[in-house]
Amino acid sequence: MDVALFVPCYVDQLYPQVGLATAALLERYGATVHFPEAQTCCGQPMANSGFFDDARGLARKMIEVFAPYEHVVCPSGSCTSMVRNHYPDLLPDDPGLVALRGKTFELCEFLHDVLRVRPQGRFGHKVGLHQSCHALRELRLGSGSERLVAPFSKIRALFEGIEGLELSRLDRTDECCGFGGTFALAEEAVSCAMGRDRIADHERAGSEMITGADVSCLMHLEGLIRREGKKLRVLHVAELLEEATR
Amino acid sequence: MTGHAGRAAAFVGNGARLHWHDQAVWFVRNKRDVARGFIPEWEELRSLGSQIKAHTLSRLPEYLEQFERNAAAAGAKVHWARDAEEHNRIVHGLLRERRVTRLVKSKSMLTEECHLNEYLEAHGVEVVDTDLGERIVQFRREPPSHIVMPAIHLKKEEIGELFHERLGTPAGLSDPRELTEAARVHLREKFLEAQAGLTGVNFAIASTGGVVVCTNEGNADLGTSLPPLHIACMGVEKLVPSPRELAVFLRLLARSATGQPITTYTSHFHGPRPGAQMHIVIVDHGRSRILGRPEFRNALKCIRCAACLNTCPVYRRSGGHSYGVAVAGPIGSVLAPHVDAKKHAGLPFASSLCGSCSDVCPVRIDLHHQLFAWRGELARRGLLSWHKRLVSRVAAWVLARTWAYRIAGKLLRVFGPHVPNPWTRQRDLPPMPRQSFRAQWRKRVRAR
Amino acid sequence: MSARDEILAAIRTATLAAAPLPDVGRLEAVRYPDIRDRFARSVVEVGGRCIAVEGSLEEALATVPEYLAAKKVVSLVDGVSRANVDLLAVSDPHQLHDVDFCVLAAELGVAENGACWIVHHGGANRAAAFLTQHLAVVVPAASLVHNLHEAYERILIPSPGFAMWLSGPSKTADIEQALVIGAHGARSCTVLVTP
Repeated sequence: MDVALFVPCYVDQLYPQVGLATAALLERYGATVHFPEAQTCCGQPMANSGFFDDARGLARKMIEVFAPYEHVVCPSGSCTSMVRNHYPDLLPDDPGLVALRGKTFELCEFLHDVLRVRPQGRFGHKVGLHQSCHALRELRLGSGSERLVAPFSKIRALFEGIEGLELSRLDRTDECCGFGGTFALAEEAVSCAMGRDRIADHERAGSEMITGADVSCLMHLEGLIRREGKKLRVLHVAELLEEATR
Repeated sequence: MTGHAGRAAAFVGNGARLHWHDQAVWFVRNKRDVARGFIPEWEELRSLGSQIKAHTLSRLPEYLEQFERNAAAAGAKVHWARDAEEHNRIVHGLLRERRVTRLVKSKSMLTEECHLNEYLEAHGVEVVDTDLGERIVQFRREPPSHIVMPAIHLKKEEIGELFHERLGTPAGLSDPRELTEAARVHLREKFLEAQAGLTGVNFAIASTGGVVVCTNEGNADLGTSLPPLHIACMGVEKLVPSPRELAVFLRLLARSATGQPITTYTSHFHGPRPGAQMHIVIVDHGRSRILGRPEFRNALKCIRCAACLNTCPVYRRSGGHSYGVAVAGPIGSVLAPHVDAKKHAGLPFASSLCGSCSDVCPVRIDLHHQLFAWRGELARRGLLSWHKRLVSRVAAWVLARTWAYRIAGKLLRVFGPHVPNPWTRQRDLPPMPRQSFRAQWRKRVRAR
Repeated sequence: MSARDEILAAIRTATLAAAPLPDVGRLEAVRYPDIRDRFARSVVEVGGRCIAVEGSLEEALATVPEYLAAKKVVSLVDGVSRANVDLLAVSDPHQLHDVDFCVLAAELGVAENGACWIVHHGGANRAAAFLTQHLAVVVPAASLVHNLHEAYERILIPSPGFAMWLSGPSKTADIEQALVIGAHGARSCTVLVTP
């Protein structure tokens, strides 16, 4: 199966290890991985700030860059959601968009739903799962605490075959970390208060490390953890699964 | 920092109070979750609520006319107000005709929107808010900080001090039961002295002309069963087609608001009490304009339960007053800009777009989607700062060109840690990698 | 143009595609294996008391301390021997300010939320039901329904003038979320389920 990697701009520049782990994982499960070099950014920061016009050109570029590929996989819930759920606001009747939306997946949902893998391996740590909001509530990677639906979690399903992995029990299972894109700066006080509360929850729950499907959330939490000299490791689900299944 | 961000920063600055407020409001979210658990058909009920409102809004003129006919047939007099000023004038006119100087009021967010209390007080009417939380904030001369729990931002000791000052309760008394008892005695006097009672309307039934008011305290009923005049104020969006649909909303409302299966009193008013008068004031105040906006009209489905406030991590950590509007939280942030987009341009940004609000909303309002849509609307109207616009424009230019992006990325990794930037005020930057993903990938591909 | 016409015109210009009215009747709403038990538990959950009447109503009321201690009693139900206020003779509802105990009859009760449908309340003098310090509501067991949908199928609306769902005593949690029973209305609510 041919897969084109959609690597978020901040992963490309600041967390390349997540991109590499994503590629390694996909290859481990039989995909042939391509990286279209022309890609840059999905436009979320601009759209998030209200400047849809600025984001529009980037959306068109994305459609073009990924046009030749059958599957597009992205290690980010928010960027994937930008393409699937928000691009229609920017490009209402674009036929190229319809195609892109139909083939773009976040990494965990791709592993779970398309490749249908259930990783086997070992990762002997107590891990706190941070449920990134876009992945959870826009891509429905899990049932979420707000709705009365049969509980499910694609990420937990991917972890089931990993020996030694213990998921910590959080007080608030899916409260937002407070990153929120430009919110992190525009409402810095509340953003950091939210992040600190998540970290405190993980500390109380005994998490040795925090994982999640979005580097943006992890970057924000890690930034606070490091500033406060705490000893929690922060890693993306791709890194965890890649390490666990080597 | 102005607006919400500035006020929120001040709120966050008081660490102990921040956590207390956050926990107090989260507790109510939890109660909603528990209540929902007893209704296996909960998600279907939410869908029904949403569809009923969508239908009603799509045929609003017919339903309004039907409601008016039936309310009049039941003996109520129906008035129409285009905006807040007209609403206030009509209400005052009704009071002035009957020489009313003592009015008791039960909760109505609409009257908060219209600033009715100030208007009436300026015209010589004593207005007593009879909902306990509303009375508390009325004493303090501040707006409510939450639709359902107006005084959620106050500690019992502060309320104790307030009552000591205003009601003569003993200094240092802070037991909620005793404070409530003092308020009961005080407000009973007001109910008995009142010359008119004003209520909001939770639901207006088109097929019967009835008006439904839900309370736990009984204040709406005391206020309307004693004085000879009942004035009920409602927004045009409060209609439901018939009692059959009303049942859906009554099952959703209290569970979403406080986790109760229903409020203590759910009063159905069809016309006045024998020997008394009832007037209904139907208010537009911008609602017809919202109706004309497909991307925003779902906000008119709101039944004012405040579930979105309770779940909002930003509301819980900034408090209702930091929004600067009568109705705060996510629903407040999508309604306020319709009234004054420039003044409230910051509200759609007072959100991390986490989406929790949309998932708790009993009528499935796409709140977080509307917050996002508002951001685009505000940018289109030129209401966002020029420097934000410039940053976005420059960033888009760079990102549109792969070569420029690559250079910018390299510059960021090399110089980023050495340039002061707002991120690093409270957070560390990640260690800068020497090579981007794409550079490492290229090497990998070449090596094969 | 009157305000009414302007508002209706403004709404009409907001052209909306017709959205269909869903059929509420298709909903499979919650039902309970033991409706009397569920109703009783709901009444307790909302802060009330629920008593199954075995002998006479008066005998059941005699187990309610607030009834025995009451000086001024209003009853809209027959067979309440301590009732001493004739609501029909009261010319001004303000005179009811010192009612201690009020007995009402409910047309039906709803298991999902402990609510009782009250249509007989004294009309012009319905203030008695709200001014009273304590309430009792008499509900026939045969009139219990599972949920509010069933209830609305049965009750007649509009009930002339005024009707209400009454679920437990008055309450508030406005002070630091501490639940206080007995806000402005009744301090207690005893539901008496007759056979």
